[in-house]
Amino acid sequence: MNFKLKDIVPQLITVTAVVLVFGFFTYNAQINMENRGIDFGYGFLSQESSFDVQFSLIEYDGSHSYFRAYLVGLLNTILVSVIGIIIATILGVIVGVARLSPNYLINKFAAFYVEFFRNIPLLLQIFFWYFAALRALPLPQDAEAIFGVFFLTIKGLYVPAFIWQNFSVFFYSIVAAIIAIIVIRIYAKRVQENQGKQIPVFLISIGLIFILPLLSFLIGGVGISFEVPVLKQLATTSFIYEGGVSLPPELIALTLSLSLYTATFIAECVRAGIQGVGKGQKEAAASIGLTPNQVLKLVIMPQALRIIIPPTTNQYLNLTKNSSLAAAIAYPDLVLVFAGTALMQTGKAIEIVSITMFTYLTLSISISLLMNWYNKKIAIQEK
Amino acid sequence: MSKINLLRPDKNNLNTFLYLGSFLFFISVLDVFLNSFFNLNLTGFLPGFLSFLLPLILGFIGLYFIRIEFSGIKQLDLLNKHINTNNFNAVLSLLIIFVIIKSLPPILSWFVIDASFAGDTKDVCTGSGACWTYIKVWMRRFMYGMYPNAEQWRINLSFIALVLMGSVGYFATDRFKKYLTLYYVVIYPLIAFLFIFFFISGGPVFFDFSYGIIAAILSIIVGFFIPAKYKFYYFLIVPLALYITLKYFIFFEEYVELGKLDGLNWVETGAWGGLSLTFIISFFCLIFCFPIGMAFALGRRSNFPLIRYISVGFIEFWRGVPLITVLFMSAVMFPMFLPEDFFIDKLVRAIIAISLFEAAYVAEVIRGGLQALPRGQYEAAKSLGMGYWKMHIFVILPQALKLVIPGIANTFLALVKDTPLIFVVGLLEIVGMLNLAKTNPKWLGFAMEGYVFAAIIFWIICYAMSKYSYNLEQKYKTDR
Repeated sequence: MNFKLKDIVPQLITVTAVVLVFGFFTYNAQINMENRGIDFGYGFLSQESSFDVQFSLIEYDGSHSYFRAYLVGLLNTILVSVIGIIIATILGVIVGVARLSPNYLINKFAAFYVEFFRNIPLLLQIFFWYFAALRALPLPQDAEAIFGVFFLTIKGLYVPAFIWQNFSVFFYSIVAAIIAIIVIRIYAKRVQENQGKQIPVFLISIGLIFILPLLSFLIGGVGISFEVPVLKQLATTSFIYEGGVSLPPELIALTLSLSLYTATFIAECVRAGIQGVGKGQKEAAASIGLTPNQVLKLVIMPQALRIIIPPTTNQYLNLTKNSSLAAAIAYPDLVLVFAGTALMQTGKAIEIVSITMFTYLTLSISISLLMNWYNKKIAIQEK
Repeated sequence: MSKINLLRPDKNNLNTFLYLGSFLFFISVLDVFLNSFFNLNLTGFLPGFLSFLLPLILGFIGLYFIRIEFSGIKQLDLLNKHINTNNFNAVLSLLIIFVIIKSLPPILSWFVIDASFAGDTKDVCTGSGACWTYIKVWMRRFMYGMYPNAEQWRINLSFIALVLMGSVGYFATDRFKKYLTLYYVVIYPLIAFLFIFFFISGGPVFFDFSYGIIAAILSIIVGFFIPAKYKFYYFLIVPLALYITLKYFIFFEEYVELGKLDGLNWVETGAWGGLSLTFIISFFCLIFCFPIGMAFALGRRSNFPLIRYISVGFIEFWRGVPLITVLFMSAVMFPMFLPEDFFIDKLVRAIIAISLFEAAYVAEVIRGGLQALPRGQYEAAKSLGMGYWKMHIFVILPQALKLVIPGIANTFLALVKDTPLIFVVGLLEIVGMLNLAKTNPKWLGFAMEGYVFAAIIFWIICYAMSKYSYNLEQKYKTDR
């Protein structure tokens, strides 16, 4: 009797407490909303939003729905995260490898970078780049061209736009190259397992990925031209650049600070991963006659990646979540557009905050599920 | 000896190569140095591109010449081993040396030489350097926010008192050592809480939550002396009973006025700010998130399925959302969930939100430590007849927490770095105050100085914390 009670009572108490707290909240929310004359529902998503967003990847203006505004915010968040992740990975791997360099200066330089950038709050870094560093840039009319085509001004970075002819042919040629590479890899693996012969897959892959798109230019009718931004006078003192692609300073400040900050953590992951592979592994691989390249590819990297990838994915997730700091410098991401402007206009606090949280939650949980699956796949099978 | 083999420096021609190489290396560094410090261009007569690259080429040849293995000169061997192992490393080393020499003068002149320190108006800042006068004038605002100048001694006094009381652990004699846990877990947070809410805010000691807090603390203290056999039933009944007794049978309202000190003005939390607010928030979140996180870590490894599911749900929810949306929730959504006449101060709301958020991360870190312990530890503790709580408190947690010191330190670091986000709920700690100060019409255009100042402060705090955690890790490192 006593034993059973001890098993059930704690669970019962916890569940009751949780139910009570949630019940209390729902009850209050109902009363509060009744008092203020707000009704609960997601119908507002299809209403006309009637606010503008400065920077959007898809066509959007005030006449579109709130749902469209949500999409604009979500896409902007994804854009910043993807650019940030790419830069942070490149930088992080370089710095992580540099941390292990026998060269004293490089080693200390990388250590300085890591210690410097990770000990300053991200928000402060964003503010610094946006309000202090980028504000020191020249006005559009004073800007000097970088390589003749890029213009870095206080109003943002202007880069030339690509104008494609027959873009689909180019796209298909890349897809075809990737499929061909995969086929060749499978074939090469089979040949090696059956006959022990090695096919230079890497060289063939590089060749394919260059030659096929090149062919599409030569015989597929694909053409490419650049549209260089041109200075245009709006009023006596007001200039803008027309044509090309303009990246707003908010985006630049955000990607810069996010990638500089996250790269420090990725660098530490990379360092830990490479250090985590025992020295004996390398020596053993060399002693059975593998070339240094093979040692790296077949012995060191698979083991280092097993240590590196889980924490690095965590950092990617952090970067995505940190991109919500965009709201502080008015980059129109999900939080600013949806949980900011749309919330102010509709007053639907519960619905909008819950949708925003649910979006981030879906993103995080799907990535961590993927991670768990990958972890299981690469885990050392012992016993 | 007479023929110099230019292609392969070796020990036979040691002196020739050493002098030639050192000379070239010295010339290249000197060129960059003169160029950046004295604006002299030694190689200006050469065509532009060559003039630009000449130091690199000279230095590279110089380093190539002095790369002599086993030269027998200790310093040279050290140099070669550390910065000059091969051509690639030599180029990188040269580039880093040049970058450092090139970037020193502008940084120095901005920070010190051209900077203005004196005066207390914007007019003194005419130089091209930093305007530290701005920081000097706004110092009090950056440190204390909008807290009235005349009352700021209260914050100082509280912080000094809390630091002194926090350092008791270092001076405790062996006799009192066993009570330290009790002191740090229960008494110290309580005193800190009283100091902040009683002394800094100047408000009454007793408010709505006081009954709950007092009931909880009293029952925990008494709980230490209850025999293990009855502990479960004790904690099931006593805290709730005590709370009801306090709330409905002993009326504290009569003593509310007693709780106020004469001469202490009420300073509402909206006026708190600056660096002191960063400390206050970090301190409380640190105190709260640790036990909550520990509870959920244990909950996640519990044998009771319902408790496990609830813990997993809690942890994954908070870990999946960005802090800024959590603060948004505490600002706009949370008030909707409370009774209408029930008001929670926004500082308290922010502290609750950040604590819950960080608790989820602490929980995952502690779970890592719990999982890393060998099964034998659990089994050994059980075989000694220990119950769940005894086993965890005396055997499992001390070892697990030792293992996760770096992880917990990282979480706390993240917490400190996350505090500027409270601008979402309208509280202005140091970064928020900077943003406010830079829009002041009298002091426009000093954003850079402000951010650099705050960056230095945060860097010192965070770097010190990470070094301290490293020391702690080394101190408690036990070999298995």
